[in-house]
Amino acid sequence: MFQSNLTGNGRVSDDLPKSIRRIILEQAHRANVGHIGSALSIADIIAVLYGEILNLPSRRDPDRDRFILSKGHAALALYAAFRILGWIDEEKINTYCCDSSLLGVHPEHALPGVDFCSGSLGMGLSIGVGSAVGGKLGNSSRRVFVLLSDAECNEGSVWEAAMFAAHHRLDNLVALIDLNGQQAFGKTKDVLDLHPLNKKWEAFGWHVREVDGHDCQALAQAMGKASAHADKPAVLICQTTFGKGVSFMEGQIPWHYLPMNEQQFAQALREIESGDGQ
Amino acid sequence: MRNAFARTIIDLAAMDPRIILLTADLGFMVLEPFAQRFPERFINAGVAEQNMVGVATGLAEAGFIPYVYSIANFSVLRPYEFIRNGPLYHRLPVRIIGVGDGFDYGSAGFTHHCLEDVGLLRMLPGMTVVVPSTPQETISALYQLKEVSGPVYFRLGKSVNALPEGTPFDSMHLTLFRPGRNALILAMGGIVVEALAAAEKLQALGFSCEVATVPSIQPPPLGQLIEALSRFSVCATVESHFVKGGLASLVSEIIAERGIKCRLIPFGVRTLDDVRSGSVAYLRKLHGLDCDSIVKRLHSSLTETRA
Repeated sequence: MFQSNLTGNGRVSDDLPKSIRRIILEQAHRANVGHIGSALSIADIIAVLYGEILNLPSRRDPDRDRFILSKGHAALALYAAFRILGWIDEEKINTYCCDSSLLGVHPEHALPGVDFCSGSLGMGLSIGVGSAVGGKLGNSSRRVFVLLSDAECNEGSVWEAAMFAAHHRLDNLVALIDLNGQQAFGKTKDVLDLHPLNKKWEAFGWHVREVDGHDCQALAQAMGKASAHADKPAVLICQTTFGKGVSFMEGQIPWHYLPMNEQQFAQALREIESGDGQ
Repeated sequence: MRNAFARTIIDLAAMDPRIILLTADLGFMVLEPFAQRFPERFINAGVAEQNMVGVATGLAEAGFIPYVYSIANFSVLRPYEFIRNGPLYHRLPVRIIGVGDGFDYGSAGFTHHCLEDVGLLRMLPGMTVVVPSTPQETISALYQLKEVSGPVYFRLGKSVNALPEGTPFDSMHLTLFRPGRNALILAMGGIVVEALAAAEKLQALGFSCEVATVPSIQPPPLGQLIEALSRFSVCATVESHFVKGGLASLVSEIIAERGIKCRLIPFGVRTLDDVRSGSVAYLRKLHGLDCDSIVKRLHSSLTETRA
């Protein structure tokens, strides 16, 4: 049933982000776990990547595009995409956070479709850089996409990788930053200010573009063109809303960790289905 | 051992186009021949070891065999989590070269004294840990472990020592340098020279010591270790490493798990109270790892045991 969300002509249907959000809410509620706001924040980015951008002839094709969810705590959005693609079935997604499941809060490499595990912030970009270098050395047509959280840019290793990627002119590499302005203890500007993030990436030698992280058309266009800048890696700074689509979660710090009660779940689901919270 | 690596990696790369050499800006006057021969497969990642290991992880997943090179503390301690979550977890063939066996960079100070690398990596299931004691063993290990599917760590001494060429590397075997009857001395890496000198002096004092190294710390040559430990009532371990986590820990685990009746006398670094810079000889003496310190302590134990 979920296949219908992919239109098959390379365009993201309106239903795809909604389906991802619905699965996020259902599974987070069933498993009684948090990180809901972070997953909702990237639902549209994931929809565009898996619905339109990533070239994945098969999950083992060596030349397939690589995607690394460096902000691994939003893995539920990834599992939702896998469910919609039919890579995991209903029974499997219902094991999310259960004993012996491969579907934990952070993505495990053992789950087919996950090229690299994540969960420890600040590692994904370096690995993506290696993948991009490998693509260049092996004359592969692959592109590499790495999705980072904004607070992840607190990690020094991100900037090691950023320097390296620009120095080696990795124009097959695209970093996506989920700029929702929030981290565990508060707003990023209060915890460890990232501003001006665009200028920081520019100064590191990247092609920088800012985009509405909830506008699928704009995201698709930006990701499609991101590699058109020869000799430079590209970063898309995606302006997003933490908890996007659920009014009482949007911009609210506690939803970094909190699970939902029955009433909150019902309301959240209603808002996602009706689109009221968007 | 470092120079043996620098020569051998060229030969290996000539045979295998998958080999890439990455350095975190170390190896000046050592790695240039490789860089000149294979410029497209030599990457100076800059002084950024975490990223170097992350890049190696991505390269290995793409089908390459990356060797990452730095002074041991910088290729192991700084990017330890990248090693754990990268090549170890994904079982990728990343080769980690750690130069500097214990106090090899003695005058460089504590930041360069490598004393816990083996312990940290030996803890990780699936990590191969190799500490050769001669250039020949280094070359042999590099060849033999080329195709291992998971990560491999090579702790390579920088100093030149006058050891006789031993047998080729074999992960199933100890490298025997000297047979003996009264005590077993097991050493890790180039510091075996102190153990051999100590054995010579103890011989003159009436005690015959067998001296061997354990080049494959993980997986260890379990059968041979059990056999050797079962023949002696006293075993000394000698290592340029903290006494916890390295060779002494490996041997004590085997003694305890197998119920072997053998007393362990560990020679290793025990304290940070005396952090000093200095030559390898000075620092070994300071920490009781030189020939005379080994003789004194072991002679006392052996005399006690004999009485």
